[in-house]
Amino acid sequence: MTMNTVGRPTRPEGAAAGAEGFQSLTGARGLVQDEPLIFELGGWTKTGVDLPDVTEDADDLAGLTRAGLELPGLSEPEAMRHFVRLSQKNHAIDLALYPLGSCTMKHNPRLNEKAARMAGFADLHPLQPVSTTQGALALMDRLAHWLKTLTGMPGVALSPKAGAHGELCGLLCIKAAHEAAGQGSRRTVLVPTSAHGTNPATAAFVGYTVTEIAQTADGRVDLADLEAKLGDHVAAIMVTNPNTCGLFERDIIDIAKLTHAAGAYFYCDGANFNAIVGRVRPGDLGVDAMHINLHKTFSTPHGGGGPGAGPVVLSAALAPFAPAPWVVSGEAGLALAEAAEGEAAQAFGRMCAFHGQMGMFVRAYAYMLSHGADGLRQVAEDAVLNANYIKARLGDVMTPAFPDGPCMHEALFDDRWLDGTGVTTLDIAKAMIDEGFHPMTMYFPLVVHGAMLIEPTETESKRELDRFCDALRALALAAKGNDDKDRFKNAPHLAPLRRLDETLAARKPKLAWRPETLAAE
Amino acid sequence: MRFTKDHEWVELDGDVATVGITAYAAEQLGDVVFVETPDVGKAVKAGDAFAVVESVKAASDVYAPVSGEVVEANGELAGAPETVNAAPEAGGWFAKVKLADKAEYDALMDRDAYEAFLATL
Repeated sequence: MTMNTVGRPTRPEGAAAGAEGFQSLTGARGLVQDEPLIFELGGWTKTGVDLPDVTEDADDLAGLTRAGLELPGLSEPEAMRHFVRLSQKNHAIDLALYPLGSCTMKHNPRLNEKAARMAGFADLHPLQPVSTTQGALALMDRLAHWLKTLTGMPGVALSPKAGAHGELCGLLCIKAAHEAAGQGSRRTVLVPTSAHGTNPATAAFVGYTVTEIAQTADGRVDLADLEAKLGDHVAAIMVTNPNTCGLFERDIIDIAKLTHAAGAYFYCDGANFNAIVGRVRPGDLGVDAMHINLHKTFSTPHGGGGPGAGPVVLSAALAPFAPAPWVVSGEAGLALAEAAEGEAAQAFGRMCAFHGQMGMFVRAYAYMLSHGADGLRQVAEDAVLNANYIKARLGDVMTPAFPDGPCMHEALFDDRWLDGTGVTTLDIAKAMIDEGFHPMTMYFPLVVHGAMLIEPTETESKRELDRFCDALRALALAAKGNDDKDRFKNAPHLAPLRRLDETLAARKPKLAWRPETLAAE
Repeated sequence: MRFTKDHEWVELDGDVATVGITAYAAEQLGDVVFVETPDVGKAVKAGDAFAVVESVKAASDVYAPVSGEVVEANGELAGAPETVNAAPEAGGWFAKVKLADKAEYDALMDRDAYEAFLATL
């Protein structure tokens, strides 16, 4: 036989003690790279690319060009590594469960991506002749048809670019309708205390005064309070259904009737439409306007905060005021109606330069077609089932904020179960990071003390939900146990950075990086 | 000192009411990081949002507990919002309001009533 003389050991020598107390010689944490800001990596006195000197006067900007742009000078591999290292620090739905309540972090099917990358959609320019964009216009028209059908609403504006942009679009339609009816003196918008912050912000942006509607003990709109606050000064109410407590507003028909009887419009925040799509048509509930977050219900990516898409469906009363453009059919095929004339004479204007987020339209439509009407119905059913599974599995060790009856697509817990433990909602959230999970939404909605809002979405398997629930159960028992609470108070222990001082960050924010010489000034 | 259900306190000196948020409110908010006080000269109505207090957890409106005209605002809070946590019912006051109707003040809760109210929360 031939002797192997390499001498390479193939088993660990001695007991594997783990990383406890180990310090590398350089302070590095293995292959988990610590990454500075790009400005700290490369000074602006050098450049990573060789460019020829400018030999002639190329200033076409009438002397507005600047010398010394103070851009970091990195070579291509340095720049590449910087951004890949940052990307490795990201948590993403493609890595693990992302249980942020109210955000609907569901899987983004790759089929959507394939469709969106087809050259006929991806390479279009909004100004090219419509004769060459008939397919894209047909897709927009069919997407509009699906949105109208699923919501039971006769009109839709596709162009808003996100949920809050959709809210703005809806309220501008409502304002235009009131003004057309000589009701422009209506200046108040009613918003429940549990609303998304964007609702009062949108109303204020439009110029309305916001008045809060109280909530009942079981987490719904207080009808008596609504009735007391309605009147001929009220332009609209904004209600989310299911609401941010994860509960269906069971008095929604009465809410709509009271609102309409007072001459106001009913804006529904459709952020949670994923809980009812295919099962409930908001038009049947008396809704006048509702935005649909395509990046939630219809699985288009949340991206880094965008691009989103927030089409707004409109009732017959509001549809005439919808902003341009929309797809029309004529002798020469499909076209985009841009001008406020004819049928569209009352359009309040437009929300953006062109027609909206084409890439999101394609993804959402691919999602609709691949699921079908029955599949979309199952989306809602599975989303609700998964949330109730979490509520049931954690209900004995944590305290559901509204224990009676099922929840919808998200399970909401308060912090009563932490009373006397010295552990807070924030500590639990940070400890979840050590257990390998992104935290849930915390301290929202504001109406629930120490809120923990968990939205699993329909795309998680039972195995993953069990892993998540097992981790939270273990944390809950540890929090209530007699052991040292260092596990919680100093969490996260295993993240690249430990607990940050959010108070200091808010009181003395550093909003931009400055070289040290400037920072001292 | 009188109190509201929205956790503001009022202390009367002649016809000038000093307004702030209660120790309970300051504790619930957590570390206060920003305070917006009303402009001097502004007319306020009882129940109107007249100041904003922002903590790491949330931004909240502070409601005027009484009607009247703002005669002084606590300018110290802009640079030292932590005073609201350190001394909510003293140096952490928000504004002084020249009272329009003393009956509004009299109708507010005294400390015993406010503490009984807190016990129900």
